[in-house]
Amino acid sequence: MIEAFTLSTGFGSWNAVFWVISFAIALIIGWLIWSRGEKTYETSAEATASFLSGNAEPEKEAVHIRAGNLYWGYTDALSGYYRFIKPLHTGNLSDYFLAYLFVTALMLIVVVILK
Amino acid sequence: MDIILDNLPGLLIAIPLLGAFLTPLVSRAGDAARNIWVLLTVALTSLCGLLIASRVLETGTIVYTFGVQHLSEIIPPDSGGIPIRIIFTIDPLSAFMLIIASIVSFCIILYSLSSMEKLSGKDGFFTLLLLLIAGVYGMIATGDLFNFFVFLEISSLAGAALVAYRIDKGVAAEAGLKYAALSTLGGLLFLVAIGFLYVQYNSLNMAVIASRMNLTGLDIIAFVLFFTALAMKCGAVPMHFWTPDSYAMAPSAVTAFLVVSSQASLYALFRVCFTLYGGQINPLTVGWVMIILGVLSMFIGVTMAIPQKDVKRLMAYHAVSQTGYMLLGVGVGLAALSSTCMFNSVGMTALKGGLFHIMNHALYKGLLFLTAGVIMYRCGTRNLNQLGGLGHNMKWTMVFFMIGALAIAGIPPFNGFASKLLIYESTFLFNPLLAVIAMVVSILTLASFVKVFHSMFMGPKLPEYEDVKEAPAPMLIAMAILAILVILFGIFPQTVIDTLVAPAATALIDYHGYAAAVLGAQS
Repeated sequence: MIEAFTLSTGFGSWNAVFWVISFAIALIIGWLIWSRGEKTYETSAEATASFLSGNAEPEKEAVHIRAGNLYWGYTDALSGYYRFIKPLHTGNLSDYFLAYLFVTALMLIVVVILK
Repeated sequence: MDIILDNLPGLLIAIPLLGAFLTPLVSRAGDAARNIWVLLTVALTSLCGLLIASRVLETGTIVYTFGVQHLSEIIPPDSGGIPIRIIFTIDPLSAFMLIIASIVSFCIILYSLSSMEKLSGKDGFFTLLLLLIAGVYGMIATGDLFNFFVFLEISSLAGAALVAYRIDKGVAAEAGLKYAALSTLGGLLFLVAIGFLYVQYNSLNMAVIASRMNLTGLDIIAFVLFFTALAMKCGAVPMHFWTPDSYAMAPSAVTAFLVVSSQASLYALFRVCFTLYGGQINPLTVGWVMIILGVLSMFIGVTMAIPQKDVKRLMAYHAVSQTGYMLLGVGVGLAALSSTCMFNSVGMTALKGGLFHIMNHALYKGLLFLTAGVIMYRCGTRNLNQLGGLGHNMKWTMVFFMIGALAIAGIPPFNGFASKLLIYESTFLFNPLLAVIAMVVSILTLASFVKVFHSMFMGPKLPEYEDVKEAPAPMLIAMAILAILVILFGIFPQTVIDTLVAPAATALIDYHGYAAAVLGAQS
């Protein structure tokens, strides 16, 4: 029965069910730790209000971080790469043909030389 | 009953073709009649596909010839000993692909019944969709090169028309035109390659050509033309430019099946490398070409996906990236064929990983495109900057998206992890750098889908989507089928590998067996 769940890669093995059971045990441990927390903690009103250096908290709708603001650091760090790669995606059909024919010619040379 | 079972390969094409051309006629009886007709057609076709696959996996390769009662009659007396009829050759690899096409085609038709409800021109839409399905089945089942070209053209033309279906102020029409033009060029060069082989070997049958192949100069040119046409059709970098344009503009159900259509081209690419030119081409050279295309596709696909704002365009770049994994796995398997020792130690595992990833990708990418379609259907936009907080009202869609996203990122216990694990471990022994790149790409994939998940589902309810509703039942059922399979294939990977993937991988490398199945059937 265990074999049905065990993926043998030839170099090792992986069992999804053990993983799920381990994950469930970790969740239960997390829940047990959480459930032993301070029960008198007040969860309403001031106790959970955000403190923004004395400024009023904006409406929730106004603070949703949109996709365009995510991973700014990543794209900025790789801006050199993106400056090169993005312009290649011109949207121009002639360039699509050119890329296809270029790969065909290049591969022909490689396969003929290394046949 | 026996006559039906014996003619299943013919029915596999006949049913969707008949269904497609009768759809406009049935539509005259009303939308409900058309919907039932289309669903029945695709259900029967999928059943045929699954039955054929089951028979092949049970009894071995099926050789089916159109127009003759007995296999011994397939060489006409005046043909000089050359079979000129259309012959379908369905081995375990084809059966593997048939299962993918059967599952996804049923799900996308079920989904389309709801998702296309508000749009006009549904008669044409479903006709084209059934033609696309017939084309893909034909590409998978045929053992004849010219016949493959015909089905490739059917799927390309139907696909291009479906990409352009929504017009969308001309943007979709432009995407359809690009897809059609590039497919036409690829098809044309593919046809030239067929001509090169036909003038030398007097046959269009793959098994016959493979058994007579001498690897002349013309054969090498034909090989390169086949290879690049099919690599372009499956969206390998740097021939991938059409993919984001077309996948983003097509209706989502169509996009989910365009993924399968691309995979049918990938299947043909593997068929050309392993079967048609099996034992003739230098496996190390061609294997490394495939690996390089795979690595480029993985890396450029994922890095181009991350900055995208259009969710479908982002997913389209991920489709390119995932195709890279398949090329990498099978490329390593092909390159390892140059040494028996290397093939036994890493090649077979890499091959299994690459093939398993085809099936997994069809399921989770299909699921992801369908969830994107639900967002478009309910919110009217694909722009991630305009979306947010949808998890409050669209809980099922969110759960299905999470399953798809975790699977594509290779997070256990979903199916993507199992196939990626096989690819990582085998490529690491072949060349550690390849495995490192593959793992980095998986991390970037996860990062990209975290962004999409946050942008679409997390955050407070936005005023414009305050009353947005969950997807209709048929769309949810279609997504649920794919999601359940994604989970099951992740939990029982070894069963799937033993039952479906290993026979497919063995059939792929056994080019003598493929030729013998056809040529033996003739004698």
